[in-house]
Amino acid sequence: MEYEVKLEIFEGPLDLLLHLIHKNEVDIFDIPIATVTDQYLEYLDMMRALNINVAGDFLMMASTLVHIKSKMLLPGPTEEGEEEDPRVEITLPLLEYMHFKEIASELSDRELLDRDVFTRHVSPYLQDQFKGEDPQLDVSLFQLMDAFKRIVDERLPGVRLKFQPHKWSVKEKTELIVTRLKERGPIFLNDLFEEDRIISEFIVTFLALLELVHMGLIKVFQPTSQSDIRLIPSFDENGGNGDV
Amino acid sequence: MSKSLKLIIEALLFASDRPLGAREIHGLLSDDSLSSINETLKELQAEYDSMGRSFTLKEIAQGYQFRTQAEYAPYVLRMLKTSPARLSRAALETLAIIAYKQPILRQEIERLRGVDVGGILRTLLEKNLLRIMGRRDLPGRPLIYGTTKKFLEVFDLKSLESLPRLKEIKDLGSDEKGNEITEEAGGSSEQS
Repeated sequence: MEYEVKLEIFEGPLDLLLHLIHKNEVDIFDIPIATVTDQYLEYLDMMRALNINVAGDFLMMASTLVHIKSKMLLPGPTEEGEEEDPRVEITLPLLEYMHFKEIASELSDRELLDRDVFTRHVSPYLQDQFKGEDPQLDVSLFQLMDAFKRIVDERLPGVRLKFQPHKWSVKEKTELIVTRLKERGPIFLNDLFEEDRIISEFIVTFLALLELVHMGLIKVFQPTSQSDIRLIPSFDENGGNGDV
Repeated sequence: MSKSLKLIIEALLFASDRPLGAREIHGLLSDDSLSSINETLKELQAEYDSMGRSFTLKEIAQGYQFRTQAEYAPYVLRMLKTSPARLSRAALETLAIIAYKQPILRQEIERLRGVDVGGILRTLLEKNLLRIMGRRDLPGRPLIYGTTKKFLEVFDLKSLESLPRLKEIKDLGSDEKGNEITEEAGGSSEQS
């Protein structure tokens, strides 16, 4: 007799366990541990037979299940009666997991932006007129890195990273940036690199920028994902924080 | 005066591309008190709600924003020539955990989900739905994760407090059934 097995892809051991519990139509508070363990191991064998990489997480759960199964076979060590059900070890994580699955589907049922509901979009043309207005969006590290990559690609096309003895230290560049911001006020990210010539210098400038952002001496803003990133000094004028 | 304040605020909301809060509006209209601005915002919201239009004024991420009603999504999508924004089930579950448990470490998320979440965290950070809140003072200085303002905007939430209450749901689950666990443990002689 041949079986055709349809393998569902499970996200992890908890996902698989939950599936087995539903499939067997058993109560999560009274899991028939022997049955479920056998089916779980069968499933892992099937995955292996199909050359699917069985992640360590699945094996961990397998050993937990086998351990619980063996505990349940052994008679309780005491007669106190208050012995904890060994199955709690998987019941609680499963409950929590189910709970968050439920919340996830509740979240997904909300009126999601750009799926169910839409806002007005201000055109990039209009946005230019608001230059100098309050910053609109905090820039994340990823946006900053993307922008850096664009600048390097534009100015030094086809360049590859090479490591050389450094000519510029991050500290020097940091001081340079601080001085510039003090003299000229806010600048665009692009302008920060205007004097840089080779890739290592770009990188040192970028590291110096990250350092300054990290220390909270510079604020970085980008009105929209397409527009130029602005750097705004946030150290006080008397230079108290200037000597970095 | 109060009528013109209402119309000024309406104009600001109309021209803004992000939710505007009372405080922010107060920054622009310093002659008007924060409380009168708050009141006016509520009035405007009630007016738009009762108008029965295809869009309404919604309270999002501690501000107000005009948004289309969900039933018109297919038409707007046609115009924008895009497919609706989607998040995978795994991403949604991870977000759900972080939204409720933040500030939270990756290790704790992985304990709750039972799988590695490195890839998902990266995607969610790139989508700006998550942010790194700092590092915990533990060996390895692990990163602490939390949700962003954009998370509130995308999921139509006024604030984190307006998430459905976690505790109530949980109590229901473990209180009713909690006793069953111990009962069953005592009576499951067939199994052992």
